[in-house]
Amino acid sequence: MRLLSVAVLVVTWWIASLYVGNTRLPPPPEVLEAMLTEAKSGALFVNLGATLARVVLSFVLAMTLGTAIGYWMGRVRLADRLGDPWLILLLNLPALVVIVLAYIWAGLTEAAAIAAIAINKLPTAVVTLREGTRALDPALDEMARIFAFPRGRAFRHIVLPQLAPYVAAAARSGLALIWKIVLVAEYLGRPNGVGFEIGVAFQLFDIPLLLAYSLSFAVVVFVIETALVQPFEARLSRWRPRAA
Amino acid sequence: MRLEVDISSKAFTNAAGERQDVLRNIAFTLEPGEVGVFVGPSGCGKTTMLRILTGLDHDYQGRVLRPEPLRIGMVFQEPRLLPWRSVEENVRLAAPNADEARLSALFDVLELSEHRVHFPGELSLGLARRVALARALAVDPDFLILDEPLASLDAALAARLLGQIATLLEGRTTMTLLVTHNLDDAVRLGDHLFLLSARPASILHAVPIAKPRSARSDADITEAKAALARLCVANG
Repeated sequence: MRLLSVAVLVVTWWIASLYVGNTRLPPPPEVLEAMLTEAKSGALFVNLGATLARVVLSFVLAMTLGTAIGYWMGRVRLADRLGDPWLILLLNLPALVVIVLAYIWAGLTEAAAIAAIAINKLPTAVVTLREGTRALDPALDEMARIFAFPRGRAFRHIVLPQLAPYVAAAARSGLALIWKIVLVAEYLGRPNGVGFEIGVAFQLFDIPLLLAYSLSFAVVVFVIETALVQPFEARLSRWRPRAA
Repeated sequence: MRLEVDISSKAFTNAAGERQDVLRNIAFTLEPGEVGVFVGPSGCGKTTMLRILTGLDHDYQGRVLRPEPLRIGMVFQEPRLLPWRSVEENVRLAAPNADEARLSALFDVLELSEHRVHFPGELSLGLARRVALARALAVDPDFLILDEPLASLDAALAARLLGQIATLLEGRTTMTLLVTHNLDDAVRLGDHLFLLSARPASILHAVPIAKPRSARSDADITEAKAALARLCVANG
C-alpha cells in the first residue's frame, strides 16, 4: 500500500515536469542522476551525516529538557505560574529570530546552531509534557502511596507509562519540526549539511541538486520514522487491547 | 497492636465556600484478626473515612492511633491496577518481598494462576477485582481495607469471592475493614458491624457478632441479617 502511494507520487511528479518544463521541475531520472553524482563524490553522505548529527543532538537536548521542565510545571503550581509567560514567549518567537540572535551572540558556531534549534523545539515539548503530567491519574497515585511504593518504583511503573504517549507525541512532532529548522540554521550559518547545499543549489539555480538533497533527507526521515519511532510506539502500547 | 479511631469531625469547604460536614463522631477500635464492617448509604462519607485511616488525609478533628510501621493492603472500589503491567507484575510491584510459593498459593486460591501474564485490560471485572485482592493480600498486610470489593459482580461470583476472602483471612492477625452495602456480606465476614448514618456520617449502631466466622450457620446469618435490617429500617 505504501509503495503504491509512493509510486503515485513519482508518476504525478513526472507528468507535472512534462507539463511545466524540465527547467522548472526536472523529471525523476535527472534528480536521481544528481543524487548519484553527489553520492559518488561522497558529498551526499557527509552532508546528510552532518545534518543528521545536528538533528539528533538538538532533538535529544530539547526532549530531555522539555520533558523535565514540562513534568515540573505539571506537578508544581508555582513553577507553572512562573514558567508560563516564558513559555508563551518562546512558543511565539519565530525560528528565524532565535537562529539569527544565536549566531550574533554566540558566533557562527556549532553550539549556537544546535542550541538555537533546540530552543525552537523546547516549548512545544514542555507544553505537551505539562498536559501529560496534569492528566496523571490521581487514583493510581493514591494506590502507590497506600501500598508505600518507593519514589523510584512509582515513577518508573506508574508515572512514566502514563507519560509515554505524550513523550511519543512530542518526539514525533519534534522530529518533524527540528529537521525543518535545522535546514534554516545550516543555510544561514554552517559550512556543510543539507541546508547549506540547498543554499548553494539556490544560488546556482541548480534545481536537480536542490531536489536531490531534499529527497535524500526525506528518505532518511522516513526510515527513522518507520524503523525507530513506530516500533517504539508499538512496544509502549502493547498492553492496550488491539482495535479490531 | 490495635487500631484506635476517634474522629470527632471532618469537614470540606465546597466550591461555593460553604463548610460541609462529612464525618461526625466516628469512634471504634479494631484488634488483630478482627473484621470490622461499615454499612451505610451511598455518599455518606465512607471513602473520606478510609482516606483518613490510610493516612492520605490529615485534615480532621480527632485522632487515629495506628501501630507503626503499618503495612496496608487495600482493595479499592475500582480495581486500580496498572493497565500497562501484567497481572503478576501488578502484584509483585506492590509486594516485592513476597516469595514465589506464597504468590502461587494466593493465585491458586483466587483462581488466577492462568492469568499471570495477562494485562488487566484483557480481564473481566470479576477477575480484575480478584487481582486487586491478590495484590492487597500479597503484601501480607497488618491492616486490610476492602472498599466495596464485590460491587457490581453477580451474586454467585460475589458469594464465591467472599468465601475466598474468608478463607484467606483464616488464622491471620490482620485487622480488616470492609465497607459494603450488602448485609449478607456484612454478617458473613464481620466481627463488628457499624451502621452509618447519612451525611455527615456517624456510627448509629455498633453490632458485635460473637460467633466465629467459620461456625456461623445459615440460620445464624439469616437471624443476624434480620436484626440488622430492623435496625436499618428503624433509622429510616
